Amino acid sequence: MHTDTAPPGTEAPAFYLDEDHAHESSTMLGFWMYLMSDCLIFAVLFATYGVLGRNYAAGPSPRDLFELPLVALNTSMLLLSSITYGFAMLEMEKDNVRTMQVWLAITGLFGACFIGIELYEFAHLIHEGATPQRSAFLSSFFALVGTHGLHVSLGIVWLIVLMVQTAQKGLIVENKRRLMCLSMFWHFLDVVWIGVFTFVYLMGVLQ
Amino acid sequence: MSSATGAGHHAEPHGHGHDAHGHDAHGHPAGAHGSFKSYMTGFVLSVILTAIPFWLVMSDVLGNAVHTSLIIMAFAVVQIVVHMIYFLHMNTKSEGGWTILALIFTLTLVVITLTGSIWVMYHLNTNMMPTSPHDLMHHKP
Repeated sequence: MHTDTAPPGTEAPAFYLDEDHAHESSTMLGFWMYLMSDCLIFAVLFATYGVLGRNYAAGPSPRDLFELPLVALNTSMLLLSSITYGFAMLEMEKDNVRTMQVWLAITGLFGACFIGIELYEFAHLIHEGATPQRSAFLSSFFALVGTHGLHVSLGIVWLIVLMVQTAQKGLIVENKRRLMCLSMFWHFLDVVWIGVFTFVYLMGVLQ
Repeated sequence: MSSATGAGHHAEPHGHGHDAHGHDAHGHPAGAHGSFKSYMTGFVLSVILTAIPFWLVMSDVLGNAVHTSLIIMAFAVVQIVVHMIYFLHMNTKSEGGWTILALIFTLTLVVITLTGSIWVMYHLNTNMMPTSPHDLMHHKP
């Protein structure tokens, strides 16, 4: 009986620490798994575009439609938002809530610029009659680029939610975990965009 | 700037900061969030690797669509690797190697999906019955 009460005082904390660590770790790994499955969604959309991207149905081709300076501007917006999110993460490590929120706000603004430019481009295309219904090329184009834009939009919503949460609770362990998940999500979207501007825009104009 | 942030980092006496580092030491070696230097390295490399393909295409430097396509695809692959290392902090040790394993598995599926679809559908196209004189000219055996 007395063996039960005396020693566990030293054993218990070690157990809880392990448990806590496993929990943190599994969240990040689980989120990585989500990103990988998201990557498969984009792979299928890229494959669809690869197959249908040359079927213009006597409609406009990428060379007629795409404006590379605008795409370059859009790409730089997303790249800048990636680095500013990186700065936010560095501030998070140093527990500077205020500075981190400023960097998050800048990241959100760059993201909003990206979405704004993309919506302007889409509106311009639709105005010219290059709607998703026009040809298989345009259907697959809007599906792929639109899905990416939707991801970025939801990333901005998530970012605003995290700014509110960090304002309310500060940089508690849960908020840090959420910020790290969003960091992976945000950088992942930038990786997908590399594929989009290379495969869709640059190679589309080349053909 | 880099050294200043580094000093602030070490002087941090908070319990939370310390806790987070304990985790990093276990799950994410070499820091889960990278450093100012690694982010800037990744950013500068990305800018260069983005600017060159745009320049190649916009000013038509090579004058050959196939060569330019191959080169910009190579640049895209390199830039994706740069993002993975400097922004997503991929390495072979994080989460006991499970992240890299999931990534390799996903990349395998991506390659099968992309090459498989394009390969199969390309052949399906060439075997289709020609529908216009233009197609007839192109797809004649």
